[in-house]
Amino acid sequence: MVIADRVASRRVARARTGIRPSRGYRVFRVVNAIVLTGIVVVTLYPFVNIVARSLSDNAYIVAGQVNLVPRGFNIAAYKAVMSDPLFWTNYRNTVFYTVVATAVALVLTTCYAYVLSKKHLKGRTALVGIAVFTMFFSGGLIPNYVLVTSLGLKNTVWAIALPNAISVFNLLVMKAFFESLPVELEEAAAVDGLNTYGILLRIVLPLSKAVVATMLLFYAVSFWNSWFSAFLYMDQMDLLPVTVYLRNLIAGATDATSTGGGLGSATDVVQSAATIQAVTIVLTVLPILTVYPFIQRYFVSGVMLGAVKG
Amino acid sequence: MSSPGALRPPPTANPPAAPSGARPVRRKRRRTWRQALRRDWQLYSLAVLPLLFFLIFRYLPMLGNVIAFRRFRPGGSIFGDYWVGLRYIRMFLSDPTFWDVFTNTLVLGGLTLLFCFPLPIVLALLLNELRSTRLKRFVQSVSYLPHFLSIVIVAAMVMQLLSIDGTVNQLVRAVGGEAVPFLQQAGWFRSIYVSSEVWQTVGWGTILYLAALTTIDEDLYEAARIDGANRWRQTWHVTLPGIRPTMVTLLILNIGTFMAVGFEKILLLYNPLTYPTADVISTYLFRVGIVSNNFSYAAAIGLFESVIGLTLVLSANAISRRAVGASLW
Repeated sequence: MVIADRVASRRVARARTGIRPSRGYRVFRVVNAIVLTGIVVVTLYPFVNIVARSLSDNAYIVAGQVNLVPRGFNIAAYKAVMSDPLFWTNYRNTVFYTVVATAVALVLTTCYAYVLSKKHLKGRTALVGIAVFTMFFSGGLIPNYVLVTSLGLKNTVWAIALPNAISVFNLLVMKAFFESLPVELEEAAAVDGLNTYGILLRIVLPLSKAVVATMLLFYAVSFWNSWFSAFLYMDQMDLLPVTVYLRNLIAGATDATSTGGGLGSATDVVQSAATIQAVTIVLTVLPILTVYPFIQRYFVSGVMLGAVKG
Repeated sequence: MSSPGALRPPPTANPPAAPSGARPVRRKRRRTWRQALRRDWQLYSLAVLPLLFFLIFRYLPMLGNVIAFRRFRPGGSIFGDYWVGLRYIRMFLSDPTFWDVFTNTLVLGGLTLLFCFPLPIVLALLLNELRSTRLKRFVQSVSYLPHFLSIVIVAAMVMQLLSIDGTVNQLVRAVGGEAVPFLQQAGWFRSIYVSSEVWQTVGWGTILYLAALTTIDEDLYEAARIDGANRWRQTWHVTLPGIRPTMVTLLILNIGTFMAVGFEKILLLYNPLTYPTADVISTYLFRVGIVSNNFSYAAAIGLFESVIGLTLVLSANAISRRAVGASLW
């Protein structure tokens, strides 16, 4: 496998450079490898650094001695954060909001994308236009805030789920996928007496598992990561998602007032800001890092599918 | 037989000759709305909820911008109570803070465009030169990672790295300097913002370029070599023109988001000490509107921002259509 790869790529390299690579090109390849290694290091360093800080003694952090490895190894800060009931409440909220918002988004996006994929449909161009126009012009923060507030959605999951129910980019990805399905199957199903809903549920969706999975991930990751809607529309601490919990923690630190709300008496005062923040970052980022290797390729293929259209 | 079987064209008196003859060809004649509704009502019914979403949560707020010209009272009508004309427009045009944040928006947007647009192209070209596919895949996977993080996490990491005891200040001290409170100094904000933006977006930005690179015809390289082009000339004359449509599309999209410079990230990273360089239109209107409850005034500023954003996309699109014959629509 490795050898096959190497042989193949060498053949490409040789084919593209003539009989053998010039001296200049060989120098370039070395420089290129160094640059790319640098990029990998710079990308990964912050993660390593955060983990090291989260496992270090606060005294070493304050002294500016923690970078790659933990110093004064201890897990006191983990215990402190994990014994904070608010942290767990907010974590549960994140899961709940993500599930509800993703479900709503998935249903609405699938329905609309399916409609838009029907080329014969009268008014289709207008329906596409209605969606695409919102990519380039939006009402803006204030009217949205006024709207959500006056609909009485504040402090409910709907304030997060409804205003972001359809991402036009995702919609176009899904539409492109549906358009690529063979028409014959649907025509045959129609002849057999299935109505539109039946065709969508029993013929189209089973054929579209890949794109549905991709959309699920797109939405789930974006809702999991979102913080601003909750920050804007949730007034009570126990309704916040964990991203806002973290935000309050770091905002408290920049204002140099306290270590942020809700850490409770479990937190030793000395065991303060820096370590606690690092631990919260680690615990928040952990689920994403865990699933990342598995979901990454879905994302890449999803983006490509969307680009075919663009 | 006369059931609304969605996908069959209804029988016609004068069917057009089918080229293949095997199955009915899609008819070209325009249907009337009544026919379309009778035939496709189930499809239209699927569009109802999504359309409601667009109307309520996208188009209603656009109309809601009339509060920029009306007196708005929290708790009152979402379209405001009575007309005040251009009062709020005049108000922000004569507000010195507005012009400060306007300048900051242009500077930050410009810097972001300057770095975040070309760097993915460079990285994609570098990746393209890698011989080992495994190594290439590894570098790609690592560089996509920041894209999956919440902005809150990115901001928190930036703060940790730049804190007095953080890595950057450790380096500063190692070369004999004094620790700098980076996030409290207005002079540093732009560099911090742009570099964190690059860190987060550069890898993900390569995807489309890498895809475009694989579609370039190998024969073109062959031809270039026969003409005596070295590696660099091949890149310049074959590779770059090959990915030009992608570059143009992404440039237009980048310009479209120019005015909306990372609102959430700035909101997380700035503080009163860095307002002189960090405060942008969107964060200013957030404070004016949501924090201080001047909804009409903030809506006026927001409307101005949206209109400029739309104008930018439309003009970028028009220019690119003229100049290079590529456009978004």
